[in-house]
Amino acid sequence: MINITINGRIVQAEEGEYLLSVLKREKIDVPALCHHDAVEPYGGCRLCTVEITKKEWNGWSDYVTSCLYPVEKGLIVSTHSTKVNEIRKTILDLYVARHPNSPEIKELAEQYGVFETTFETIADGDNCTLCGICTRICDEMGFHAISLVGRGHGKIVAPPLNEAPPDCTGCLSCALNCPTNFIKFKDEGDYRTIWGKKFELITCSQCGKKTITKEFAQYLSDNRDIPYEYFEICDECHRKQTALEMGKIANWTREEQS
Amino acid sequence: MQIANPKQLNKIRKEYLAKQDQYPKKIMVCCGTGCIANGALKLVDAFRDILKKRKIKGFTVEALKETGCHGFCEQGPLVVIEPDGTFYSKVKAKDVEDIVEKSIKKDEIIEKLLFTDPVDKKKITKYNDISFFKYQKRIALKNLGKISAHSIDEYIAYGGYQALAKVLSKMSQDEVIQEITKSGLRGRGGGGFSTGRKWKICKDIKAEAHYVICNGDEGDPGAFMDRSIMEGDPHAVLEGMMIAAYAIGAKQGYIYVREEYPLAVTHLEKAINDCENLGLLGDNILKTGFSFSIKIARGAGAFVCGESSALMKSVAGEVGEPRAKYIRSVVKGLYDQPTVLNNVETLVNVPIIIDKGADWYKKLGTPKSSGTKVFSLVGKVRNTGLIEVPMGITLREIIYDIGGGIIDNRPFKAVQTGGPSGGCLPESQLDLPVDFDTLTEVGAMMGSGGMIVMDDRTCMVDVAKYFLEFLVSESCGKCVPCREGLFQLLKLATKICEGRGEEDDLEKIEKLSDNIILSSLCGLGKSGPNPIMSTLRYFKDEYITHIKDKKCPAGVCRDLITYEILDNCTGCTACKPVCPVNAITGNKKELHVIDQNLCTQCGACFAVCNFDAILVS
Repeated sequence: MINITINGRIVQAEEGEYLLSVLKREKIDVPALCHHDAVEPYGGCRLCTVEITKKEWNGWSDYVTSCLYPVEKGLIVSTHSTKVNEIRKTILDLYVARHPNSPEIKELAEQYGVFETTFETIADGDNCTLCGICTRICDEMGFHAISLVGRGHGKIVAPPLNEAPPDCTGCLSCALNCPTNFIKFKDEGDYRTIWGKKFELITCSQCGKKTITKEFAQYLSDNRDIPYEYFEICDECHRKQTALEMGKIANWTREEQS
Repeated sequence: MQIANPKQLNKIRKEYLAKQDQYPKKIMVCCGTGCIANGALKLVDAFRDILKKRKIKGFTVEALKETGCHGFCEQGPLVVIEPDGTFYSKVKAKDVEDIVEKSIKKDEIIEKLLFTDPVDKKKITKYNDISFFKYQKRIALKNLGKISAHSIDEYIAYGGYQALAKVLSKMSQDEVIQEITKSGLRGRGGGGFSTGRKWKICKDIKAEAHYVICNGDEGDPGAFMDRSIMEGDPHAVLEGMMIAAYAIGAKQGYIYVREEYPLAVTHLEKAINDCENLGLLGDNILKTGFSFSIKIARGAGAFVCGESSALMKSVAGEVGEPRAKYIRSVVKGLYDQPTVLNNVETLVNVPIIIDKGADWYKKLGTPKSSGTKVFSLVGKVRNTGLIEVPMGITLREIIYDIGGGIIDNRPFKAVQTGGPSGGCLPESQLDLPVDFDTLTEVGAMMGSGGMIVMDDRTCMVDVAKYFLEFLVSESCGKCVPCREGLFQLLKLATKICEGRGEEDDLEKIEKLSDNIILSSLCGLGKSGPNPIMSTLRYFKDEYITHIKDKKCPAGVCRDLITYEILDNCTGCTACKPVCPVNAITGNKKELHVIDQNLCTQCGACFAVCNFDAILVS
């Protein structure tokens, strides 16, 4: 363990761990739109930028994204210096210009005093902040069904060739983790539609509720060594079943004791 | 045949030179991309045809060389007759007969093919007397135009692979690194980091593998120094890489070339193949135990892939996006292994330093920026092209001595150095020495060596807008300050050019630029605001005129100018048919008039008027 200084307070940290995890552990609130604990840090939104220095730097300081910065001995961190706040304010100002209709962006921006953008608003700006959480999670899941396509201001998240992605299993990891709820899906009757691809949902053999898609169940059964039949019962019914089994065991024990 | 030791290398060299000595004259046809585009290959065919049909004493097809680029592409196709150095420009296939009959068979000079000096209008016979070449110091470009671009024998004959042999047989890894460090060689791709120090850091890291990558992803608009070197002297690039590989202990190297450079790829592929056949690449090179191979990785031409971490991702087959470099790529680079990434121009300096010694090299240039630098000199200068000059030369010398001054003697306005993320310098900075640190101090940068000269008819706001457009379209879009910030800077510049600028826009530009520089992920974003910041620093008045007076003093921004026909119009009618909106009326030999309501300020009339009778205001 090493000692680092955050906002004047000495804090212990593991050498080489990312600064943002230290900040989170210490309950220091730093915004991070493109950060997700399940995936490798990305450094795209730049909102978690902090000011760092060291004694031996003789007054010189640097601005780094805490999500990617490995901590080292003697690091002195300011998470809300005037300059850092100005950087965050500018980034949020740019975000508001690009995504004028996003309530999530609006709320975060207002925390930093940005109530309206000083820049030219992108009239048809959608709510995708290109944080890449969806594509990184999809990669992490092992599907690689969607990716960031194109570059610069015209970059988008899309499946290959903008067609229904062959590798997508409709698991919803992308949509449920999107920080601005931009990724849309539809569950209707026996079917789920996402990324222009239609999936058949499994019906729970016990309660009749819809569970996961057949493709996702097949994928998990093929790759995670779980029998396909397991997915034919929903989580809730699984739990009910477990409780029932546990009850039975308790009864046996009682019977044996008496 | 495999070369087993340095002695055999010398044997090849001597044999080849002895063969070449039979020919008292040589015809060097420039076969760089520029000259080929102008028909150089037709010249080569024509020479071959004639030489096949006719017997000329002391001359055969062997004495006809397809060389690399001379850098003077605007005068191409170029033919040089050696050893006299007779320089023929804009040669056509039909001139070939004449050249053979007069300049090869006899010693006559063909007057009409000579280059005319743009300043004093005199015809110049010899290569070395042309001001464009006279003031250059060619080190990295020494073989360009002098040897056949795709012959390994020729490269060896003119001293090639001697440095490699010296390194492998007489120097330790540390000695090589010390020599390069001592020479003061700094990265020519723009960073200016000490090459020797980079190698040392890489070598000292224990790892599974070390890699050498040659960065040939030259993406600046108008820059073509690396392309010319890779096309015209591919073996020098390979030799530099081999020495680097030996120094850091790498077994595998990659050359990252953009797909838009097909000739460079072809020549490099051939060079690699030839080296493998001679045992200069592969296992146990020159029987010294050193093994190294080189692969070519082709890029799809994204500007951001010139950035080290994006380039390495691209080499590995991933999307070329940069990553945060809190751990440098020299420590953790390609496939997470320590990697030395050097620019093409840096690498070709390496064999020369080993050959001639660090002390010799250090005498060139300035104490902190040793050696020479290749620039691509373009824009409103009389002589444009690729030039190599010693560091420390002034901008004025480059523009006026080598470049021959501004076209039509118009006033100089600015010179843009360092590619799209470089900066624009005004007249007052012309006497500054060109070196890494001075250029950075004044808000421009060395970059990879782009140099665009502008005259008084260039609008600096428009220039900033142009470069921002480039950067916005080339931003990878990963981080917000670069993707959205540069986009908004472009919006602001466009707004000013279109006459919608407001007084607080300049302050907004400065603040946004500051924050983009501080918070962007990679070098592209961090230097992205440079074009607008440097023009704002030196040409603020021009911005203010656009905003307050709604005028463009240079007469460029279409929304802020008007075209008027003056009294000296002769009624020649040249302008009338070129106007796309039929806004010009007037009879022959009578004063013409532009209907301001129809005029779209396209400037077509202005361009064709031979009497300076059209006023832009």
